[in-house]
Amino acid sequence: MNKWSSLALAVTLGAVLTLSGCGGNNNASTESTAGGNTAATAAPESSPDSAATSQDTLILGRGGDSASLDPAIVTDGESLKIAHQVFDSLLEYKPGTSEVQASLADSWEVSADGLIYTFKLHPGVKFHDGSDFDAEAVVFNFTRWSDPASEYKFEGDSFDYYDSMFGPDGSRVIKEVKAVDATTVQFVLNQPQAPFLQNIAMTSFGIASPTAIKEKKENFKNEPVGTGPFVFTEWKHNDSITLDKNPGYWKEGLPKLNKVIVRSIPDNSARFTALQNGEIDLMEDLSPDDLSTLEGNTGLQKIERPPFNVSYLGFNFNKKPFDNVKVRQALNHAVNKQAIIEAFFSGQATAAVNPMPPSLWGYNDAVKDYEYDLEKAKALLAEAGYPEGLPDPVTLYAMPVSRPYMPDGKKVAEAIQADWEKIGVKTVIESPEWATYLDDTKVGEKDDIYMLGWTGDNGDPDNFLYTLLDKDAIPGNNRSFYINEELHTVLINAQKETDQAKRSDLYKQAQEIIKADAPWIPLVHTTPLLAAKANLKGFVPGPTGTEYYSAIYFE
Amino acid sequence: MNSYLLKRVMVLIPVLIGMTIIVFSIIHAIPGDPAETILGQKATEQSKQALREQLGLDKPWLQQYFNYMGDLLQGDLGTSIRTKTPIAKEIMPYLAATLELTAASMLFATVVGVNAGILSAWRQNSWFDYTAMIIALIGVSMPIFWLGLMEQLLFSLKLHWLPSIGRMDQRNPVESITNLYVIDTILAGRWDQLWTVVKHLILPSIALGTIPMAIIARMTRSSMLEVMNSDYIRTAKAKGLSQFLVVYKHALKNSLIPVLTVVGLQTGALLGGAVLTETIFAWPGVGRYIFEAISSRDYPVIQTGILIIAFIFVIINLLVDLLYAVVDPRINYK
Repeated sequence: MNKWSSLALAVTLGAVLTLSGCGGNNNASTESTAGGNTAATAAPESSPDSAATSQDTLILGRGGDSASLDPAIVTDGESLKIAHQVFDSLLEYKPGTSEVQASLADSWEVSADGLIYTFKLHPGVKFHDGSDFDAEAVVFNFTRWSDPASEYKFEGDSFDYYDSMFGPDGSRVIKEVKAVDATTVQFVLNQPQAPFLQNIAMTSFGIASPTAIKEKKENFKNEPVGTGPFVFTEWKHNDSITLDKNPGYWKEGLPKLNKVIVRSIPDNSARFTALQNGEIDLMEDLSPDDLSTLEGNTGLQKIERPPFNVSYLGFNFNKKPFDNVKVRQALNHAVNKQAIIEAFFSGQATAAVNPMPPSLWGYNDAVKDYEYDLEKAKALLAEAGYPEGLPDPVTLYAMPVSRPYMPDGKKVAEAIQADWEKIGVKTVIESPEWATYLDDTKVGEKDDIYMLGWTGDNGDPDNFLYTLLDKDAIPGNNRSFYINEELHTVLINAQKETDQAKRSDLYKQAQEIIKADAPWIPLVHTTPLLAAKANLKGFVPGPTGTEYYSAIYFE
Repeated sequence: MNSYLLKRVMVLIPVLIGMTIIVFSIIHAIPGDPAETILGQKATEQSKQALREQLGLDKPWLQQYFNYMGDLLQGDLGTSIRTKTPIAKEIMPYLAATLELTAASMLFATVVGVNAGILSAWRQNSWFDYTAMIIALIGVSMPIFWLGLMEQLLFSLKLHWLPSIGRMDQRNPVESITNLYVIDTILAGRWDQLWTVVKHLILPSIALGTIPMAIIARMTRSSMLEVMNSDYIRTAKAKGLSQFLVVYKHALKNSLIPVLTVVGLQTGALLGGAVLTETIFAWPGVGRYIFEAISSRDYPVIQTGILIIAFIFVIINLLVDLLYAVVDPRINYK
């Protein structure tokens, strides 16, 4: 450093110091005023008022980024949300419900034996790259997913949802997909599958442009091409995904927006601040704690996603005394769900009675919950041979992470711990890191009781009852190791039955069996909260967590 | 000087190898089945097995390590499991975002910290000295996430002066060339956007820079006090030089050595410690990149990410050592 440069440095430092009010916080007001005036004049584009004037761009804030933009190779909700805008499936769920309706397929016919589904496709639809959507494109996609040797299955890809909805290689449900003519496609099944149409409507089975897959190869997952209302433009990982209007969209008058920018803002309160500050227009996953602030702000609106999830405590049948139904029922009687809902969910949840949400068809209203009654709980424990309560402390696994169905597992576990204490059941709460948590509960050696939950993938009860409580789901999602042959028979029969009324009866029967056995303490069905600017219209929250942004507009 | 430089660089090699061994061991000691964590609860056993094979997790530890080192030496930083993109290509924007934030934070920390330290020493035991040092004490013990959220509350939500999240105005985006947006806006000649980008930098840099600022202020103060009591300063004062010249020209330079060390160490610490700031301000930096890789058990990204941070840290230390010689010619390397 020579003389002049050190002098220059000194002068600069001194100047900055003087400007910044002697470096202390005591002069923060002068400093801030100066900054504020310049901000207001020089950069009007980010002030909250002008944001309201750009009515054709939606900025949405969410908690995480997509893992991939090819919906066939992912199972996470954040990835599917974007895919939902870029791709159309043959069928779709009616907005706001889990009912199936026509999409790329205008109509369909099912053969009497339930083995052949013939879809009539919407004519004249084009992919974003200009190529034609036709029966061959459908065949190409389904072949790509089902053929383990497909040259369009790129390194590291696995089509997990295809495997779990239509059976893994070796026991595929779909035998063959045929293009009858340009607008007719036929699915031939190996065996009837009752939720077939529900499955076909999933975002994972969105139809991609064969031309684009062939050209882009492994890069397709970064540059998706479908027929959907929005065209993928840019992905800045962990930051934002930009979608532009598809001007040639085949559904008349849609989309209403010109551009959608989806930003990842991991912190819930920072996201809410950004919404209030006008930097984003719509946010997902509002903390229940922020509800009162939201309701006090007339510039914002509350949006409730229909409850389509369940959170529960599961008993580990491998551990004594939880193989005893009386003990399980006793603990069921000793959980005060209403108090939990008021304390931790700001009322944005309903007490769960069955392992599936009431909005799903097949829900059994007649099933009564074990009411909160500590005397009854004590009596049942005494009947089970524990008049003084359980001799050993119970290890209760409580989730270390926030989930849509359970924002704060540890706090809820502590409330339950206090209740159980009253009936002589001592509890030790453990919350290992999430991956270890899932491993431990799957093996079932460390936990006595565990907390977990589920959000439905499609609108079928099978996706709750069979997936979570059948003996086939061990090891896997049935972390209670609960085996009931009668229940298994009912659930398998329900899978094979194609008459929905009959299936509904079977699922109602299944819920009665489960209630009597009490393998779980169903806790709550939460209503996930979203918040938006008051002038945002046309957003219909979907139960499975994905929505079309195509009908959104600003007033 | 040149031979010193060479020697210093040669020493880096065993340090870097040591780092790869430590990082590799720690990551493989994490419990939990990576295949299940990566693919999620809904994956089939088949695809999990395929992934284990693809990752080489079925092979012995040592073999995995040598395979990894072999790839690394050929310039292959690995492929992210989550996004299936080469890490070398993927990490650049994150790295740039973090570098920009770190640079802005250190600029804030150094300018404010050094000057506060100088003035405190100059006016020792004055009200300014006490106030500045109390603020520095609070600054050191300030939780970053709390400070960040309070800044957002005050400057974004209540006063509407500054944006609360992100790196730029998304409705009017900047083309990325170098991914350092301050430079990109200048290259593109978009002066209006430059101000927007700078505004986005202010709150996160203050949140991230507060702790180093406090440390630097205290270090500068004690170092200055020592120098101010030395003979040559007394001589300079006796010659009748103005206070300003004595302090900024004569005393500052000789007080800078320990300050430089602290600045170097703090810069390195910021690189890795930016996760909280990046989360609160939705800053797509390398801290968040690695954090998300950890939660999804993206082994290659965790390994490479930590190694790159460690590498930059080592380089900064090297630069600091070399700067010593520039600032103080008495430090002579032979």
